[in-house]
Parts: sequence; C-alpha cells; structure tokens
Amino acid sequence: MAEVIMPKMGDAMEEGTLLKWLKSPGDEVAEGDPIAEIETDKVTLEIEASESGYLTNTLVEEGAIVPIGTAVATIGAQDEVGQAPAAAAPVAEPDEAPAAEPAATAAEPVAAAATNGASAPAAVQAAPPEPVVRADGERLRASPLVKRLATEHNIDLNQVAGTGPGGRIVKADIAVYVSGEKPAPQAAEAPKTAPSKAEAAAPATGTVVEMSRMKQRTGERMAEAKRDIPHFYVSTSVDMTAAMAFRTDTNAALGEDGGKISVNDLVIKAAALALRDNPTINRSYVNDQLLQHDSIDVNMAVAVDGGLIAPFIPNADQKSLGAISKLAKDLGRRAREGGLKPEEYQGGTFTISNLGMFDVDEFVAVINPPQAAILAVASVRETPVVRDGEIGVGQLMQLTLAADHRALDGAEVAVYLQSVKRYLENPMLLAIS
Amino acid sequence: MPVMTYRDALRAAMAEEMERDEQVVLLGEDIGVYGGTHLVTNGLIDQFGPRRVIDTPISENGFTGAAIGMAMAGMRPIVEMMTWNFSFQAADQIIQNAAKIHYFSGGQVHVPLVIRGPNGGGVQLSAQHTHSLEGFYGHFPGLKVVSPVTPEDVKGMMLASIRDPDPVIFLEAGALYGTKGDVPEGDYTVEFGKARIAREGSDVTLVAYGRQVNMLLRVADDLDKEGVQAEVIDLRSIRPFDTETIITSVKKTNRAVVVQEQWRWFSVASEVAALIQEHAFDYLDAPVERVSGAEVPAPYARNLEVAGFPSEEQILEAVRRVLYQESR
Repeated sequence: MAEVIMPKMGDAMEEGTLLKWLKSPGDEVAEGDPIAEIETDKVTLEIEASESGYLTNTLVEEGAIVPIGTAVATIGAQDEVGQAPAAAAPVAEPDEAPAAEPAATAAEPVAAAATNGASAPAAVQAAPPEPVVRADGERLRASPLVKRLATEHNIDLNQVAGTGPGGRIVKADIAVYVSGEKPAPQAAEAPKTAPSKAEAAAPATGTVVEMSRMKQRTGERMAEAKRDIPHFYVSTSVDMTAAMAFRTDTNAALGEDGGKISVNDLVIKAAALALRDNPTINRSYVNDQLLQHDSIDVNMAVAVDGGLIAPFIPNADQKSLGAISKLAKDLGRRAREGGLKPEEYQGGTFTISNLGMFDVDEFVAVINPPQAAILAVASVRETPVVRDGEIGVGQLMQLTLAADHRALDGAEVAVYLQSVKRYLENPMLLAIS
Repeated sequence: MPVMTYRDALRAAMAEEMERDEQVVLLGEDIGVYGGTHLVTNGLIDQFGPRRVIDTPISENGFTGAAIGMAMAGMRPIVEMMTWNFSFQAADQIIQNAAKIHYFSGGQVHVPLVIRGPNGGGVQLSAQHTHSLEGFYGHFPGLKVVSPVTPEDVKGMMLASIRDPDPVIFLEAGALYGTKGDVPEGDYTVEFGKARIAREGSDVTLVAYGRQVNMLLRVADDLDKEGVQAEVIDLRSIRPFDTETIITSVKKTNRAVVVQEQWRWFSVASEVAALIQEHAFDYLDAPVERVSGAEVPAPYARNLEVAGFPSEEQILEAVRRVLYQESR
C-alpha cells in the first residue's frame, strides 16, 4: 500500500490541519484526484492521490493537526481496504513507552502549534486547557480511542480535561484540546450543583470562538514582531489631487473593459519606485544580520475570512500600473477564496497595509517580519491645504511608515517617504517609470 | 421489482426450488391441507401433492428425526416448526444428530436440512410461545443460523439454505409475515455470513437482526433530526457471522449499540460486544451498549409485553450514553 503524506507547502510549513476528507476508505481514486482538504498557516489546499487504486485507510481524523511528512492515508488494492498499512508503526505497550519515540517524522508534537523552535521538547507547552484535578494516585480515565490518538499524536493526557463519566477523557475532549479551546471544566462531574467558591471566582463569561489556523499563526507572528522589533513611526501627508485626477482620466480612457486603476495600485507602484530609489528600505533583518534584497516584491495585506494574508507582487518596480492593477486584483480575489499558492505569499520584501477604503484618518501597522518596514495607507479625503500662501481644497492621504530600528534610522525613512510622496503627487512619473 | 409480503417471498422460494429440485420436500404440522398455521405453505399441497408436502403428527422429535434421515440419504427436506418454541421437543435431534453427523462421519455424510418457522414474540403469545432462539442455536457448532428481516433477504436466504449442504436454522420474523418489500425477480441467493448495512451513518453503529432492524431504522430517523447519523447493520446471518462489517463500521463511528429481543445473558448482543472489543478496542470511545429483553419469562399482558421488549426510547437512551449526551 502507498502512503499519502501531509505535504510540505513552503519552507515555513511544519504542520497542517486535515480539514475534510473528500474520499472515504473504499473509494476508488485515480492519481491526482483530490482526496482531502488541508489547511496550512495561510491557505486551504487539496492533497491529491499519489497513485491510482483504492483509498484503503484514512489515518487521521478530520480536524487533526498533522506534522508534514506524516502519512494521512493509504492507497492500495480493493481487497486491502480497511487493512492496517503494513508499514504502520505498531503502538507500543502503553505502559512502557507512551510517547517515547514515535516513528520517524511524526516526532514533531502536534499540540505545540505555538512553539516555534525545533528544540521545544514537550507537546504541551502551549497553554493547555485546565486539567481535571485528579487526586494523587487516581487512575487517568480515557477511552481506548483517546489513548490511541494520544499515542499517535504525542498528547499528554494529563493535560486534557475529561468530560465523560468519572472524568473519562473522550474523543470530543481531544478535539477541544487540539483546537486549543478551554473546555468547560468537569462539565460532566457536577453540572447541576452550585459552583464552589473557587469556581465562582472564575474568569469572565462569554462564548469561546474557535480561531482558524491562519488567525492563530498571524497572531503568533504579530505578537513576536511587536515584542521583538523596535518599531518607530514616521508619517507624512500626500496631496492626492493630481493622482485622483490622473486615475479618473486613465480609467475613463481605459473604458469599461479596460480594468480600473485603484488608489492602491498607485500606492504600490509609488512605493516600489521609491524603494528602487532608496534601496536601504528594501531590506530584511534576519538573525542579527541585514539582508539586502535584489528584487522589489511588494506584499499587500488582504483581509480574508478568518484572518489576514499578504500575497506579493514580484518586481513591482518593473511592472506597469496596468500589470500591477491586474495582478493585485487577481491576488486579492484568490486570497479571499483561499486559493493562493504558497509561492504567492511566502516571501516579499516590503509590505503595504491599506485601510483607505474604510474612512480612516491614519493608523500604524505592525511590521511583517523579517521585513524592515511596512507602509500604512489611510483614506484620501478633502482637506483644506495651503498652496503658495493660498488656502484651497486638497485631497490628502496620510502615510505612516513603521520601521525596524535595528535595520533603519529615522532620516532614511523620512527620505523614503518623501520619495513616495513625490511619485504620488506627480502621477505621470508612475506612468513613465 | 415486484413487491411481495415476507410470507409470499418465503413461499415463493420454497415453491421455486421444489420446481427445480424434486428432492425438496416439506414436513410439518398442518402445512398441507390446512395451508400452514401462518399460511406460509398455503396452496403448496395442491401444486406438489401430499408426497412432497407432508402433514405430520404432533411429534417434533419424530418428524425432525425423519427429516434428518431423508437429508442423510440425499433429499433436501424443509421442516416447519409451527413456532420455534416447539423445537425444544426436537432439540435432541437437532443438536445431537443434525449438528454432529457431518463431524461424526468424518465429513462423509452431510445433512442438507432446513428447519424453519416463526421466532420471537411481540404478538401476545405469552411465556411458552415467545422465545428468541438465535443465541440458543447459534451456540452449537455444526448449525448455521440465519434471521432475515426483509422479503428480499427471506427469499434469497431460503434459497441459499435449501442448497446449503449443512443443517440451517431458519428463524423467521414471525411478527412480520405481512410486511411488504421489493423482491428481485428470478433466481438469487443471499450469501451466509454477510451482514447488510441497512443505513449508512458516521456517528454511531446500531446492530440488530430480525424485526429489531426495523426499529433501529426508525430510531435512526429520529437521531437524524438531532443531527446524529446512525449506521444500522442487519446481521441477517448469526452463524456464520460477519465480524468485518461491524468492525469496519465501529472503526468509523467509534461507538456501538447492539439490540436484540432475546435476553441479554449469553446472547448474540454479548457476542457482538465481545467481538467489537477484541477487534476494535483502540477505536472505541465508549463502552458498547446492549439493549435486550427484560430478564423475565415473556409476559402475556400487552402493556407488560411491550415493557419487556427493547423500545425505541431505550435504544435512544443507549445511543445518548455512547455519545456522552445528556439524557432527555
């Protein structure tokens, strides 16, 4: 029987969530047929059958988080359906070696989604739900299924709250634990009696909302960025009067079928050209070293259902406004549909976060590590401006650059912003550069 | 497909095989001139005559022994027990001879005998006429035991039984003789040792045979409204037994409820529960539940008889226990 493994979709991927089985054991599959949906940190993908035959076994449950390289299913002949795969590592006597050294690649702990370093040994460092209090010497109760799942996925059952009779840990408790939710402690134990004083002082009421993998991962990265990177911020106002007129004229000339140029497209192009003029901004800070990027790949943050993703426009400085506009629309649409390829969002050298469509005066963004800077773009709005000693009406847009002080200093950031501003206030430069 | 009653499908199987094979004969009390107490053999004496549809005295041990002798000599007799309760009279012939002759003869002599009749209760026949004997007969090596519930299966399994070289205990769902269902045209058999998945589901495996299968299908409909997808397995064949279908299902659902009309101790449900823990221990999320008849002689009074047999409410409660849901 051939194994279907959790694929590695990009360098940063260490594990994936098996969202949904698209085939069941016994189904005939052809090589390339999608057999399951998986979710990585960023996208939802389908895994395909590695060869033709029959799906003989599914080895993980829907919702399970699986390290890359782990077999999730087997494909074989029809008469092998339901048979255990020959190469499956037999489960050791549970008393002897509960989680000692499971086979090869499965060593990465499943529950430790939050631990980044490979050195983290235990599966359970990521804030466990409140364990059921077991008296000293009291036997841990878990259903046979749960014990098997715990062995296969390196879950320490002492950290899992049991809601079955007598505190038995059942399948549903594992699902809750792996998803990171806090279970209602001891729900089955004393549901109808009044809570004790200690329990009465428990935390606030409310409904626990399950976080998507993407949201968890974004949260981890943002917390890490805000904690480790010494951010500083420089703002400027850009008079967008000329740019808005340029955009109106261009779109009118393009007509109905030509695709519309957006303010975002203008900002991407301007930011990219300014990066070409100020290459020190186009850097990353990696392992206490500065990395100068050879290409200018501009990420754009896209809000999607369940989180945030930042696909990038490669070589944005060399692309025409039309090309940028087309690609940005396509990336944005596919990001919202969960259809991005890893190579479209893993990478990039500089990020733009644009909240202009939401009527915001100004905001600051958190750096997308390891990049050195991120540009926050606010709304274009009519504002009194002074030009040549006269008060008039301008269309101003606030730009705020957040920069990593380990990589950049205030002066070079200010010069870069001036450069962006010059391009946007002289939009013909965007068309000819 | 034509729609037939359970009774007519059963009669059709016997009549068709009697047309095909003149070694097939029927023996039993009142099966000829009277047409059978449950009308299963009605009209067959007109079609095949009294030499092949033999009315016997009230002597189960005698005519069962005679049938065993016919079978040993190469005929294919079908014995009707007016109800399976009367087979206790013939238990010595069935257990001591029919089940053991093939073994005693070193495999030289087969006993191609079918013993059939209504099994189980539910029609107010009181304690002596309300036995479910699948566990009893399933206990003895050398006997094959089947318990079909649909008209399709009753015909296909009767044809398989008549053609089988060994004695078959054919337990009919006595309360269901009048139920209708599709029956394929032409000659077909239903293989022994293959359970039927009566309904597919993913959340809990419900196992039964005989008329309890119909009850499970109703329970599954109720569970469906609560969002629980129950898989219903009809064992059909008690011996030989289809372990694989049950284990495959339990590996999928992680929980099982086994239902039977007979008493729980030393019963089919106990065997199913044991097989599940042997073969799917690491897949169980809850202990296997058994829902069985009350441990008393079957009562006559309607209210007590209903209370003494598995009910949909009892099954639902058992399902909730294996799902760790609050009872309602």
